[in-house]
Amino acid sequence: MKPRVFAAFVGPSILMMLLFIAFPLLSVFWNSFNVTQPVYETVEVESCTAGFLEQTCTTEMKTRPILDEAGEIVRQTEFVGLQTYRNVLELDRLGEALTSGSWAAIQNIDFWKALRFTIMFTLVTLPLVVGFGLGIAMLINNASKLIRGPVIFVSLLPFIITPVIGALSINWLFRGDGILTAFLEWWLARDLALFAQAWTIELLMMVYRVWHVAPFAAIIFYAGLQTVNQDSIESAVIDGASRWQRLRLIIIPHLMPLIIFVAMIHLMDSYRVFEEVVGFRAEGYVISLQWLTYDFLKPDQAGNRSISRASASAMLTMIGIAILLVPLLKRTWRDHKGTR
Amino acid sequence: MKFRTILMAGAMTAIAGAATAECAFENEVELRSLTAGFEAWKAVTDAMAECGNFTANLDQEFREKQPEAFAADPSLYHIGGVANATLIPLLNAGTIRPLNDLVEKYGQHLKPNQLITVDGDIMAIAMMVNNQHLMYREDILEQLDLEVPTTYDEMLEAAAVIAEADVVQYPLGGTFKAGWNLGEEFVNMFLAHGGNFVDDANMPTINNEMGLAALEKLKATTEYLDPEYLASDSTYVQQQFQQGQIAMANLWASRAGAMDDPEESQVVGKVKMAAAPMGPAAPVSSIWWDGIVIASNITDEEAEAAFRVAMEGIDTETVEAHPTAAIWLIDGYEPGALAAGAAATAAKGARPYPASSAMGIMHTVLGNGIAAYLNGEKDAETTLADIEAAYMTSAQEAGLIE
Repeated sequence: MKPRVFAAFVGPSILMMLLFIAFPLLSVFWNSFNVTQPVYETVEVESCTAGFLEQTCTTEMKTRPILDEAGEIVRQTEFVGLQTYRNVLELDRLGEALTSGSWAAIQNIDFWKALRFTIMFTLVTLPLVVGFGLGIAMLINNASKLIRGPVIFVSLLPFIITPVIGALSINWLFRGDGILTAFLEWWLARDLALFAQAWTIELLMMVYRVWHVAPFAAIIFYAGLQTVNQDSIESAVIDGASRWQRLRLIIIPHLMPLIIFVAMIHLMDSYRVFEEVVGFRAEGYVISLQWLTYDFLKPDQAGNRSISRASASAMLTMIGIAILLVPLLKRTWRDHKGTR
Repeated sequence: MKFRTILMAGAMTAIAGAATAECAFENEVELRSLTAGFEAWKAVTDAMAECGNFTANLDQEFREKQPEAFAADPSLYHIGGVANATLIPLLNAGTIRPLNDLVEKYGQHLKPNQLITVDGDIMAIAMMVNNQHLMYREDILEQLDLEVPTTYDEMLEAAAVIAEADVVQYPLGGTFKAGWNLGEEFVNMFLAHGGNFVDDANMPTINNEMGLAALEKLKATTEYLDPEYLASDSTYVQQQFQQGQIAMANLWASRAGAMDDPEESQVVGKVKMAAAPMGPAAPVSSIWWDGIVIASNITDEEAEAAFRVAMEGIDTETVEAHPTAAIWLIDGYEPGALAAGAAATAAKGARPYPASSAMGIMHTVLGNGIAAYLNGEKDAETTLADIEAAYMTSAQEAGLIE
């Protein structure tokens, strides 16, 4: 292909990537080292508010932003270095907690509390997603041609549901006297409140995530299963290899690149766990790194938002994902070099 | 069949069209509004729409859109619906206009307590107030021979008796959902203890005896709540009432109407209203108002039309058509039985919600920080110290303190 034709094809997507990925990323990076804030003045103001039957007027000192001639709020931007990162990480408090050796004290710091849950969530769901995905794929593969279509459709359903809607449905099924809680209460003959302590919420979140993502893994693995060399399987059968041996020694090595692919996608997705926290209304017990970023970014009712801390928190999330991906990328790189 | 449906729809539209005659004038200017989505706003914007050329946006997330939308030039909306807290960002940014001239011309009928003024400029027109007050199941209290509680401690004592008698699933309901709702519960309790949240220099003043007392009262309350209280918002408490699961709650006045809605409620006529229970200094409640503002970044003609349409929305006709939708401030409103609690709460000296930029931050850090105390992860002193530290960090980042 001529370089000019190549450029014409690739140009638009490079432009889009610069516009929608590189530029926002740079702006987040810049915001995490700078703080932009309005310039405030404190003035005495007489304000009257709606009382019930009569107006109540008070005169008090009010802090309000200074407006310039055009009527815009005057803002100043200041380079603060790593201060915002320090505010998010609260390292001095972490240090104190570490020297006192108290796990509870570490878990009292928002970032570390969120990190603990995020990592646990990611690492617990990963093998389950791969395992169930493989199981479902084998099931589909072994189903007779006649029912294969419906089986694929049914097993894909959870993945089609919008994550927030799925999380809300689980919430409604289990919250208070929801249908499933009522059933469990009847079955176990005891009163249950699944959303009244952290561990049950975390368990439900993980079950939900595995239920939601396993079909994606399954469909990828199912595609991989179609390319397994049938001759090797047949000769293994003739050699007397059991079902388990065939799976372990032939099928899994064949699927390894796909397993790594699914694992990478899942690590990236589940490190950004967010829908479950909001959908389950779990903020009082369980928070995740992505939720923390969202909470910084969300304006309060007076319009304040912590853009700098949200940016720092987003950068830290990115760094976290990069660290988690290192072992998998290293393996892929090694395989890549090996095949060359 | 399908054709018939279309004909029917056409006929319905014609009927709806006939109703536009109720507006006192024909509006010629294209107008848009952005307000919250609860019942009172629906009633008011429906009445505004009768004047023609008007599009209402009812959105419970309005507070995240409003500051940006009004800062645009020209503003994306002409009329805004605000409460005392959500007025602050618009006021700070100067994106809403003083209404003195318009009030003089078209608003002579407004009552003085509807005019929200800042240094003599009328910046908003209030249409309703809202506060928390006691709602209780009359039948349950009578059955157990209990007096209607007047103080918070009495309410907890009554809750203990109800729990003992085991006549209802949970004695109390509460809007303890982590975040804004939980923050509001603390705000009410702290106001009731006589506390102020920040001083004139925007420094926090919650880490004290009053703060500790307020936290302890909240924790004492949770014993009688549904154990999943950290996820329970106003709608959830309302539904608990409607389904007969709770006996008492100190709940928003705007939720009172739903108790007697026969389509939703199984306890029609059984839920009665009383003043919010007293704390040591004031009722455990805060007074909020809702009202309208007009954008700055629009032409004077548009502003005039917007104000006239808004006045049609918040007139006596709306109040007469929807008497239970809110505690209206508008002329012609006669408080019924459902409004008795809100009025009594105000009469007992409930304090207004102290809206300000600093309070916005304080409310957020309170809402995020208190859950850890209620579920036993932190003690009260650590909780308040952590909330104070979180406030300092946020306020510094916002530029409110050095």
